[in-house]
Amino acid sequence: MSAHARIATRFTIGDRVVVANRTTLGHCRTPWYLRGRTGTVAEVQGGYHDPERLAYHKPGLPMQVLYKVRFLQSDLWRAYQGPASDHLEADIYESWLELAP
Amino acid sequence: MMHDDHDHDHTSDGHGHHHGHSHEPGHVHPPQKDHDASPMSAYEVLEEAVRTLLVEKGVMTADEIAAQIDLMDSRTPSLGAKVIARAWTDSAFKARLLADTKAALLEMNIDIGTLAEFRTIENTADTHNVVVCTLCSCYPKLLLGIPPAWYKSLAYRSRVVVDPRGVLAEFGVHVSGGTEVRVHDSTADLRYLILPRRPAGTEGWSEDRLTALVTRDAMIGTAIPEVDHKAAAE
Repeated sequence: MSAHARIATRFTIGDRVVVANRTTLGHCRTPWYLRGRTGTVAEVQGGYHDPERLAYHKPGLPMQVLYKVRFLQSDLWRAYQGPASDHLEADIYESWLELAP
Repeated sequence: MMHDDHDHDHTSDGHGHHHGHSHEPGHVHPPQKDHDASPMSAYEVLEEAVRTLLVEKGVMTADEIAAQIDLMDSRTPSLGAKVIARAWTDSAFKARLLADTKAALLEMNIDIGTLAEFRTIENTADTHNVVVCTLCSCYPKLLLGIPPAWYKSLAYRSRVVVDPRGVLAEFGVHVSGGTEVRVHDSTADLRYLILPRRPAGTEGWSEDRLTALVTRDAMIGTAIPEVDHKAAAE
């Protein structure tokens, strides 16, 4: 389901955000390895139908804002071997994000 | 399938048989099995049951299913390569591709539908990008077709996020320490297409000639287009 919508957004580009470190029953699009990690909002992708509801034949409402979040590889993996400038980006829905303290 | 009850045509199967296939004693089959040689998996049975029911109940027709399969078959990496070559030779098109991939593809009569949105990410001297889907196998199928088996493998999906430089080196891509490696985990509604760097030594090349340099892996980020200078000189 696509065709993103313009809806109110909680975060803006440059915000430091933490991915919730929680478990969920059923389908979600937040990889385990990013839960509890801190990154920076790199892009606001717009509003999308909520995959956690779509997966169970619900309309996917309310819509969720999707953010591209950029993580430093050295923040994700203690033993990361590459240069400090290497990054990883993932698209994370707003309900999984909080402002970093 | 038993060896003595097969009836398929061995003259066009690429096995290199040129004889009449008379099952003489000692005849040895090549190790490649027929596609349907093993019992159906539970998921294959489920797919067939659901598909048959959808057709029987009139939700969709067999023709519609066949048309969708034909559409997917028409999408191949060579289509993506044309897009990349256009971007290399037409800077205005490249700007449009980076700004709004779907609209730029429509200019080339490539309709990716509405199931997912596409983003094009440009490799530069400063940043090399590589795409993965750690959760499943998200891939820009409506442009590049079905993803390669390795893209869907647990090994690629788990290793490229932890050790991207190591995995890229296994693909023959050695990224220098001065260039950032950026991994894109396509976790949600967006599909990522990599716009590789145009190789040096291709100045003045036609779009067609450039198209031949762009491989599927280059558009995933696990290859870098290169000019075979020896072949080019011949």
